[in-house]
Amino acid sequence: MDFSVTEEQSMLADSVARFIDHDYDFETRQKVAESELGYSADMWRTFAELGWTAVTFDEADGGLGGGPVELTLMMEQFGRGLVVEPFLPSIVLAGGVLRRTANAAQKERWLPALIGGELQAALAFVEPQGRFNLADVATTAAAKDGGYVLNGRKAIVLNGGDANLLIVPARTAGDQLDRDGITLFALSADAGGIERKAYRTIDAHRAAEISLTNVRAESDDVLGTVGGGFAALQATIDDATLAVSAEAAGIIRTMHDKTVGYAKSRVQFGVPISSFQALQHRMVDMLMVCEQCRSLLLWATMVAASGGEDVQMAVSALKYQIGNSGRLVAQEAVQIHGGMGVTWELDIAHYFKRFTAIETLFGSADFHLDRFVELSGA
Amino acid sequence: MNVNYSEHDLVFRDEVRAFLREKYPGDIRHKQDSGIALSKDDMVRWQKILYERGWAAINWPVEYGGTGWSAIQKHIFDDEVAAANAPDMVPFGVKMVAPVIYTFGNEEQKVRFLPDILMSNVWWCQGYSEPGAGSDLASLKTRADRRSDHYLVNGTKTWTTLGHFADWIFCLVRTSSDVARRQEGISFLLIDMSTPGVTVKPIITIGGEHEVNEVHLENVEVPVENLVGEEGKGWTYGKVLLQHERTNIAGVARSKYRMKRLRETSMRRIHDGQPLLDDRNFARKLAAVEIELKALEYTELRTLAAVAVGKAPGPESSILKVKGTEIQQAIDALFVEAAGYYALPYVPEQYQVDFPVAERVGFGNETKSALRYFNNRKASIYGGSNEIQKNIISKHVLRL
Repeated sequence: MDFSVTEEQSMLADSVARFIDHDYDFETRQKVAESELGYSADMWRTFAELGWTAVTFDEADGGLGGGPVELTLMMEQFGRGLVVEPFLPSIVLAGGVLRRTANAAQKERWLPALIGGELQAALAFVEPQGRFNLADVATTAAAKDGGYVLNGRKAIVLNGGDANLLIVPARTAGDQLDRDGITLFALSADAGGIERKAYRTIDAHRAAEISLTNVRAESDDVLGTVGGGFAALQATIDDATLAVSAEAAGIIRTMHDKTVGYAKSRVQFGVPISSFQALQHRMVDMLMVCEQCRSLLLWATMVAASGGEDVQMAVSALKYQIGNSGRLVAQEAVQIHGGMGVTWELDIAHYFKRFTAIETLFGSADFHLDRFVELSGA
Repeated sequence: MNVNYSEHDLVFRDEVRAFLREKYPGDIRHKQDSGIALSKDDMVRWQKILYERGWAAINWPVEYGGTGWSAIQKHIFDDEVAAANAPDMVPFGVKMVAPVIYTFGNEEQKVRFLPDILMSNVWWCQGYSEPGAGSDLASLKTRADRRSDHYLVNGTKTWTTLGHFADWIFCLVRTSSDVARRQEGISFLLIDMSTPGVTVKPIITIGGEHEVNEVHLENVEVPVENLVGEEGKGWTYGKVLLQHERTNIAGVARSKYRMKRLRETSMRRIHDGQPLLDDRNFARKLAAVEIELKALEYTELRTLAAVAVGKAPGPESSILKVKGTEIQQAIDALFVEAAGYYALPYVPEQYQVDFPVAERVGFGNETKSALRYFNNRKASIYGGSNEIQKNIISKHVLRL
């Protein structure tokens, strides 16, 4: 049993932490989030220069060969800094699918630009009717003239408005809820028939509704096997679930620390409100949740890193825990800040909003508890 | 004991329903049902319609324009207004300052202020909280120094809801620091917002909304006639007001309406080919909130029944505030959960009158669910935070 990280992992975590501390204060973050693009193109280039966009790709593909440990270390810091740059959609989601399914030609076509920071990407894994069921794919890909024609609608596509590359699951066979028959397509976002309506999200990120009307795809746009895309899709979403759970762990720890700091400084009735035992106990409750979540995060990361069969169970356990008890930390943090906790000006409100968005991403707490129960063979 | 309404009450309920059917404006109804914010004009227009019917101030003594209704009738009225999703009266004039004026003010003040409040000719806001005086309201620092014929007021009030619409502000101000208890130096002063030295600055809240403000008072000259009651008694007046005006604080009727909307939404929302409501987990969560809400409804009815036989509403009303706001917030969270991914888009521009509801991202008001959840975190903080309410219960009910 070994909780230590390697020197390289430690350096990676430190470099992200330093970036947050020196270059990404709350004011900077807000300016970036409110810009037209919604993130900083300069900072994205910096991420590429520092190698962060390469971390999770194989060395053979120009990556750094990192895995879940590196990913969660980075994401925890991104949570601490409320980073809005599209690391999750481009690198973890779209990049994750490419890593698992792309052949040599496809890798050559997409990876250097993605890792180099010149290409933005998105994975369209949600449909309007789908809720959290990844297999709920009504978008069709009908075989035609040696290729395919795609029709359908994708919802809440993270980074969907800015992406140059769209990875789109579409059904080549089977019924709407079947896992078999889902094919993954790599589409250029400016392909004919693709319409995008981009918008901001509640957590200062960006997403889009995307409709596909007779969109042409060639057979070498197929990632992996025809009809066999679900496994890679699910595995990528599991990675992403682990990633946002780490981000959320970073968020709640930060919210907790800020709450303690605020309570010590806020004087009412002639004393700091941190001196009230009722609040002290609640701040301790928050701390215990943070520690339990951190522990579960470490466990789930180690399970994922070891590549065992129980990765899905571990990820669902973690996402459930984060959503279920992490929510209490987030709510308490706002409550203890009093009226200040619901102002736009103070950062605590924005931590709350990102945490809330993560609760929904890749499945609610209930969804993951159900999945955990199913997978544990009950 | 009888859980059913009397014949008399049922007739009354029909009367209220008929009024709402006939007089609740369709354009305001559309805005309310579509999650579109009402303008100041909308709110005044609706309030004037209630005034025309004689129903603008249901809790006032009849002599000042109240209805003389029984506690049950008031409950029925609140229920029906909420069931129609019609707006409540903006509370600051009719529910907060008016009772202080008619209870503690002099005849000139009653004549001068009450009719305009009743008719919604004048918009009032509340000047209580300060940056340094939240839960510890008695530590307020806004000073009112007595000069010959006026008070000179200096200070900053905060969290002033809809202060940017207001014509007048009622303030708790410090007229004396030379007192044994801080509360004894506080007075209740009425201030015309157009007086030189009054500045309103917006405070933007968590979802980007502008509802609350800071009100800066710099050398504002307030005529002594605007002091209500006696100097140094303002705290008492404010406390009496808070305890007395407790209808709607639990928000039971509103929460009932929202639960109904939540059920409808989760019947429409499909999850794995079935309505979300068929998901046992989700259905259980709804049921748990419904049961808690039923309990709260009866706690409120018990409180009203006690008032009806002449007992003053006491600290039990603090229970209503705590449980009422917890339930509201639980419902907010369930709406977010029901929306699934469609809780994520931030599209306030789609909640304007000229944006067709059918073209919104998602369906219905889903994309507003998270904004509501965020904004309503305030419910457990305002009105005396739930922590303060528990202190009140502890001290005055449990006598700890």
